[in-house]
Amino acid sequence: MKIHEYQGKELFAKYGVPVPKGGAAFDVETALRVAESIGSWPVVVKAQIHAGGRGKGGGVKLAKDSLEARSHIQAILGMNLVTKQTGPKGRLVKRLLVEEGCKIAKELYLGILPDRETGMHLIMASAAGGMEIEEVAETSPEKIVKVFVDPLAGILDYQAREVAAGLGIPKAATKQFLAMLKNLFRLYVDYDASMVEINPLVLTADDKVLALDAKVDVDSNALYRHPDILAYRDVEEEDPHEVEAFKYDLSYIKLDGGNVGNMVNGAGLAMATMDAIKAAGAAPANFLDVGGGASAEKIANAFRILLSDPNIKGILINIFGGILRCDTLANGVVTAAKETKLGVPLVVRMEGTNVEEGKRILRESGLPMITADSLTDAAKKIAAAVK
Amino acid sequence: MSIFTKGPIRLIVQGITGKEGNFHATKCAEYGTDVVGGVTPGRGGETVGDWPVYDSVREAKAAVKANATMIFVPPAGAADAIVEAADAGIDLIVCITEGIPIMDMMRAKRYIAGKNVRLIGPNCPGIITPGEYKIGIMPGFIHTPGGPIGVVSRSGTLTYESVFALTNAGFGQTTCVGIGGDPVNGTNFIDCLEAFNANPKTAGIVMIGEIGGNNEEKAAAYIKQNVKKPVIGFIAGITAPPGRRMGHAGAIMSGNSGTGQGKLKAFRENGIVVCENLGDLGAIAKRTFK
Repeated sequence: MKIHEYQGKELFAKYGVPVPKGGAAFDVETALRVAESIGSWPVVVKAQIHAGGRGKGGGVKLAKDSLEARSHIQAILGMNLVTKQTGPKGRLVKRLLVEEGCKIAKELYLGILPDRETGMHLIMASAAGGMEIEEVAETSPEKIVKVFVDPLAGILDYQAREVAAGLGIPKAATKQFLAMLKNLFRLYVDYDASMVEINPLVLTADDKVLALDAKVDVDSNALYRHPDILAYRDVEEEDPHEVEAFKYDLSYIKLDGGNVGNMVNGAGLAMATMDAIKAAGAAPANFLDVGGGASAEKIANAFRILLSDPNIKGILINIFGGILRCDTLANGVVTAAKETKLGVPLVVRMEGTNVEEGKRILRESGLPMITADSLTDAAKKIAAAVK
Repeated sequence: MSIFTKGPIRLIVQGITGKEGNFHATKCAEYGTDVVGGVTPGRGGETVGDWPVYDSVREAKAAVKANATMIFVPPAGAADAIVEAADAGIDLIVCITEGIPIMDMMRAKRYIAGKNVRLIGPNCPGIITPGEYKIGIMPGFIHTPGGPIGVVSRSGTLTYESVFALTNAGFGQTTCVGIGGDPVNGTNFIDCLEAFNANPKTAGIVMIGEIGGNNEEKAAAYIKQNVKKPVIGFIAGITAPPGRRMGHAGAIMSGNSGTGQGKLKAFRENGIVVCENLGDLGAIAKRTFK
């Protein structure tokens, strides 16, 4: 789960990772009060959305006085911010972070994440701060410091020193840097983060270490033990269909530009089904895994979510019944299709446990639907139907 | 003939008192697996069906000589269940549980490293040697005993789809392993490829990967170096957008790493027969495994 920069900085402050003075605001007057309360100029006005590249999109501005602060705040709050991560539609800015500007001597990059290959924690740092780490990795990989941390031991003193040395932290700032790094690591572990990233982490003109940005993503599987992170959730940053799916414990992802809604059991099969739809000449509008043990009610909810997408021209259901029985699926589909007044072609492909019973339920429902014998057959039939 | 087992299986189910645990204990027993009991802390002394329930894996091992376990413990306790089984000296641990926090798995994996234990999963359908035993949630009837194909996959239902295609094309299976969709797991592709390569009953291998990580690329390089048997490879998620997690916690592409195209390229460059559309698997198998 993603949280906002200002929320990440609240966690940083709590854990002793130094951040600039400032605060969040959801309206112009509060934002101005925050700017005035900082007590020095310039201040930085930063759009708070769950996407990177905000500066280049015009969502981060420096104000040298109160007048300029007001104009920036008014311009950014309520703007439709387009960055390379938001896609062309952009994102409406509803929250701001206003904080003190600082004299930057050097910009660094620092990130910690679980490394899936080794099963270790990976600390990545680079003296090329402000740049995307992926870009640095591509153009000058030798500039990235990598330190692997044993999950049973946690970060060791020498490992923290290795990071500091790799970044060329000046002597005057080393003690503070080491403390900051260990605190950040503690936060990362305590909050089950799937990534913490500070880009840029800066050395100020007076040799202080300061996190100018804060990115904290939390492992969604661990949210049950972090109620304070759940409280940070900003549903307005999420796709409304995905929010709805989350309520019913469905794994749903909206895909841009698709015209075929699809419902599948199992994540791998759902991906393969998307691929088959594409190969047949249509475009999948979503990823939807109803899971192994779905009930008829869950299936019905999933079906409703698919149908609520106005871009959908047809629906493909592909189920390989293992734990999820075909008759359960059929009952859910029939219930939902009758309730929602199905107005688009529906192709159903079922295989596995209780398949005969499932097919009988669908047949006797009187619903207009096309049945298919295999995944390829189903994909071809739905592609033909939406043409 | 199975991979990853030494002698007859004596299976316990951790979480046997739960609905799923109980259901699948029964299904595995019906398939022919020797299920000898279960573990649920605090429920020792009870029975589920005909099976005795124990408070700990250590007790179960002592009482019914278990050597394998199937874990259905909910996510919050599942990593602990893995570690408990390893400490009790169980040889084969199959963890079905989906949704274990990654840091719990990192600690558990590190903890059991160096112990003489095989962990399959988590977040996996399990392992089956058709006609002999199944430890997992896969529907048994789609499999065909006797080999000669080994199947290894990161997905559940996608494995069923592939196995069903093989069965329909007239190919039986030696062992099918679902290694699971999580980013940190116990057994990887290479472990399975190595075992299939050494298994005399296995004549060919089907490997089902998906986007995210670089395990498929590493496996492809391993195959070129070491595997003497024909391998068919499939990748799910070619059309998935980058940066989004496709259901499986491990199925996320970032930057240029983990893309489907990159994996297919690695397959082709290392002599793996690529199956682009899963519907063609049967036909490709007939061509490749003649």
